[in-house]
Amino acid sequence: MSDTRSLDEIKSDLAERVEQIMTRYPTARSAIMPSLDLAQQEYGSVDELTYRAIAELLDVPEIWVFEVASFYSLYDRSKMGRHHIRLCTNLPCMLRGAEALMQHLQQRLEVEPGETTSDGSFTLSAVECLGACEVAPVLMAHAQYHGDLTVEKLDALLATFAAQPAEEMS
Amino acid sequence: MSEQVLLKNIDNPSAHRIETYEASGGYQGLRTVLRNFAPDEVIEEVKSANLRGRGGAGFPTGLKWSFVPKDSPLPRYLCCNADEGEPGTFKDRILMERDPHQLIEGMIIAAYAIGCRTAYLYIRGEYGLSIEHCQQAIDEAHALGYLGPNILDSEHSLEIHIHKGAGAYICGEETALLESIEGRRGQPKLKPPFPAVAGLYECPTVVNNVETLACLPHLFSRGGEWFASIGPDHSPGPKLFCISGQVKRPGVYELPMGRTLGEMLEDYGGGALTGQFKAGIPGGVSAPMFPRSEFDIKMDFASLAEAGSMLGSAGIIGLDETASIPQVARRVTEFFNHESCGKCTPCREGLTWAAKILRRIEAGRGQRGDVEQLEMLCGGIFGKSFCALGDGAAWALGAALKHFRHEFDALIIPQSKAG
Repeated sequence: MSDTRSLDEIKSDLAERVEQIMTRYPTARSAIMPSLDLAQQEYGSVDELTYRAIAELLDVPEIWVFEVASFYSLYDRSKMGRHHIRLCTNLPCMLRGAEALMQHLQQRLEVEPGETTSDGSFTLSAVECLGACEVAPVLMAHAQYHGDLTVEKLDALLATFAAQPAEEMS
Repeated sequence: MSEQVLLKNIDNPSAHRIETYEASGGYQGLRTVLRNFAPDEVIEEVKSANLRGRGGAGFPTGLKWSFVPKDSPLPRYLCCNADEGEPGTFKDRILMERDPHQLIEGMIIAAYAIGCRTAYLYIRGEYGLSIEHCQQAIDEAHALGYLGPNILDSEHSLEIHIHKGAGAYICGEETALLESIEGRRGQPKLKPPFPAVAGLYECPTVVNNVETLACLPHLFSRGGEWFASIGPDHSPGPKLFCISGQVKRPGVYELPMGRTLGEMLEDYGGGALTGQFKAGIPGGVSAPMFPRSEFDIKMDFASLAEAGSMLGSAGIIGLDETASIPQVARRVTEFFNHESCGKCTPCREGLTWAAKILRRIEAGRGQRGDVEQLEMLCGGIFGKSFCALGDGAAWALGAALKHFRHEFDALIIPQSKAG
């Protein structure tokens, strides 16, 4: 979240790289998605100040940025836990036990899918197909895939995450 | 095992590097094209090789290219659809992660055929390693003169930019994908106009799938006749199949088309995890399933279409005797409901309603008339929206109801009220 940065600070953080992105497209509007991605990598999530900063850098209406940010599921519009676990629950994973793994995660973390633990360390999400069905059931965390999951593997993964700060994982 | 073309180097840990690719014949197809073929001749060769799109619809690739107007003063665009999201599909990810130069070389050939100087590679945001390896491949190709101005001293120039998706299944639909590159919400547009005439930035545009483009270097280094000689006449060329679900050996397999669904699941997938198979889905969850009694169906574009299903993304999903079809139908319908972009009422409202009924049935609280209600909803969604998302949802659900009606009926409360 960019809550510790002012609008001008966000703009100056992003300006050079946003300009670079704009060279890849004939219209500024096309740079909205890569700019949101950039901001999310920089601050962990995106918010209204980010939309305004991007809109001003691209010289496009702020609503154009918001309507994109709110359509695509990978843009996090609220603060996520330090470790965001996205467990695939789609058919190929479901057929290999994803629902039981989801229940296990809910019990271990004491949250429902879509929620963050009260200490802010884990966010749990049920997601659609991650395109790695050959290793189903599979989850994504810190941009890495972890496949052929079992309850034991999940527990080991949670222990690894809990022991390390998020910055070292990505 | 038949010859491995697309997966030839897949187990080589350095297959994604250009040195490895060139050493195994990479970029020879492009050299042949630039030396011996005019752009129109490239299109003719792809037409006569009968390459059909590997993304889902199976449309003839050369024909698609030939729709690009020759006399337009506008720039032409090539977009590669790497927004692989059809559940049960992971072949494009494997190609991009492990041997991405096949795709980059294919894009350079396709761009030459249609006169394109700027191409976009739209990769779904979750595919981090694919994005990394494709960007590295683009940079390597640049350094050796396969990309940039005057490729290999020809008149052909090309830049390829990666556009990273952000988690929307619908962007695999070509008009939604173009909207997304333009920086909008990924909502499909009514066709016509087709992208070939008015696509990206209202300019002539071709959208091709990763595997389709990855076929091109091989097609040109070994010739269209060689390509057409693989597999059945109407569905030729090397083909990747993804096998997943309740099978012993899930994975990507390269085979000619025309094997049966049963062979794929038993011989390559290694058989059912538990007991016997109950059903198989041939081409991603949008493709209607077949019960075990129909496992002799041939896995090619024409045979599956004739049998009322489709090859789709060639994502084969095995369902064994432990699978509950109402549960499968519920999960698949929830997926489509979640991914509906919300633009067309039949898809948006119909799928919400269908998912609600299916959850009730799965929980054992089905009411008399629920199955008929679902059938009515399928008819009300199919063919009544801009894109194929709702069609796929209705089609898949319809097949589950048709072949496994008894499993749904068993969950209906006998004394319940109708509807």
